[in-house]
Amino acid sequence: MDECSLYDTVIVTRSRSPHHAGVVNEPTSRAQGVNPLCGDRVRLSVRAGHDGIEDLRHETRGCAICIAATDLMAEVVTGRTRTDALELGQRFTDMLESQSPPGEVADDADMPEVLRAFLPLKTHRSRLRCATLPWTALGEALNHD
Amino acid sequence: MSASDTDVLSQADLSHLRAQFPILSQTVHGKPLVFLDSAASAQKPDVVIDGMAEMMRTQYANIHRGLHWMSERSTEAYEAARTRVAEFLGAAAREEIVFTRNSTEAINLVAYSYGSLLRPGQAVLISEMEHHANLVPWQMLRDRIGIELRVAPITDDGDLDLDAYGALLADGKVGLVAITHMSNVLGTVTPAERLVAMAHEAGARILLDGSQAVVHRRVNVQDLKADFYTFTGHKLYGPTGIGVLWARRELLDAMPPFMGGGDMISSVTFEKSVWAPVPAKFEAGTPAIVEAVGLGIAIDWVESIGFDAIGAHEAALTKHALRVLPEVPGLSVVGKPRERGGVVSFTMDDVHPHDIATLLDRNGIAVRAGHHCAEPLMRRLGLTATARASFAAYTTEHEIDVLAETLRRIRQFFV
Ligand SMILES: Cc1ncc(COP(=O)(O)O)c(C=O)c1O
Repeated sequence: MDECSLYDTVIVTRSRSPHHAGVVNEPTSRAQGVNPLCGDRVRLSVRAGHDGIEDLRHETRGCAICIAATDLMAEVVTGRTRTDALELGQRFTDMLESQSPPGEVADDADMPEVLRAFLPLKTHRSRLRCATLPWTALGEALNHD
Repeated sequence: MSASDTDVLSQADLSHLRAQFPILSQTVHGKPLVFLDSAASAQKPDVVIDGMAEMMRTQYANIHRGLHWMSERSTEAYEAARTRVAEFLGAAAREEIVFTRNSTEAINLVAYSYGSLLRPGQAVLISEMEHHANLVPWQMLRDRIGIELRVAPITDDGDLDLDAYGALLADGKVGLVAITHMSNVLGTVTPAERLVAMAHEAGARILLDGSQAVVHRRVNVQDLKADFYTFTGHKLYGPTGIGVLWARRELLDAMPPFMGGGDMISSVTFEKSVWAPVPAKFEAGTPAIVEAVGLGIAIDWVESIGFDAIGAHEAALTKHALRVLPEVPGLSVVGKPRERGGVVSFTMDDVHPHDIATLLDRNGIAVRAGHHCAEPLMRRLGLTATARASFAAYTTEHEIDVLAETLRRIRQFFV
């Protein structure tokens, strides 16, 4: 399906075999995100310490976009402070929700490359929540631990 | 078109028919549109589009209130649409047709109004395969007046379990049955006559949700001996914003109004109002005038082709789909009902229905994916979502082949 850039290789491969699936040992918090429209469900378990997020794992039932977004989120937030992780989530959501077309997104040099794979979602607005759902769940987890 | 002479649509008939739907010649993402989402809402033929525009251009005013020429013409057109719907459903009288916004509003009207005549201790019986439109209003009624809500199970094949249905009626407490005439997820056509007879034997009234059924088959409410029947205009090649409740005259007469306002009263003082006779009692406020007229035109259009031809065409398409889709690796068709209308839900191993729908869309193919407003049914089937292809009079076998071929490529892409 070369005609659909949304299904970038990284998204398809991560959805097929996620690197961060499962549950962390001794979690400091857990959270769940559900999209009632499609039944996608993201369960997160997080272990966070003084220096920030030490480990994050997920059990995701959903579409390829949702699984890949969750898995890549786990990858990019591990090692970050809570504030830093939440702020990245906000920038990711802003990047997808802003009205500017995919090619003209203001360059955010700090945006991890893997998260840019989701830029084509800007032309699939009905699927945006598939990618932002894990970040909503992360907000829950980090604000309630 | 004289398709009804032969009871099937020839290739020439079908091309002629498709040419009447301007949207079908659109391209999507550079591909010819393959529209397989008619069960959600059907496309509209030129006669409907033009007829509605023509009314607004030439003969439009508010109805039932103006003493002027324009208002009289609009009133005539609106009331002629009511007569048209009454004939279409085989109603005993045109007053038995109440216009609503859609099927959802028609069911809510019955739940609110007829529902208020039910008493605590009585029950409403629905089935496991109801659309949320025929489930949530009954839950709201239950919570409002304390009736019991019973749910008749389905079999693994996706048919209503008639033994269980009979058992749930047996204690005589069911005041009203509300069941779909055709499932929007499984395509199951329910045995309406049987359901009606069994309900009546148990002393219950019965509402049939005909939102899907009326599109595919001739329905005669008097032959069915039903008490309430609902459908929605936009699935029947008509516009949005117009739906229909049919009910027996004596039931409508006994029911309190649903909404209050203009047009539904015969006299008003600050102390009290006297309700207008049916159907006006149930049509408060300015109705969807142009949309009702559009629905009347859509019915004319459907009948000009004829349900024999439409039914035979859709049955052939469904048979074809049930042959070619299961040949796609990893694909499973959901349900195996005894009688199926032009709706096929499916899942594919390793590919989520939403990914299927997005990738089909990139190829110009429109299908529905999700829970189809039937979450409890999905749970019963052990699924969270399915993809669904649905067929209409304008659907072609070639489109189903394109669907199957594209699904094959999607599956290869993911595995
Ligand atoms: C079986 C069934 N009932 C009710 C409805 C509700 O129709 P509407 O949304 O037009 O009220 C639908 C359509 O989605 C349906 O398929």
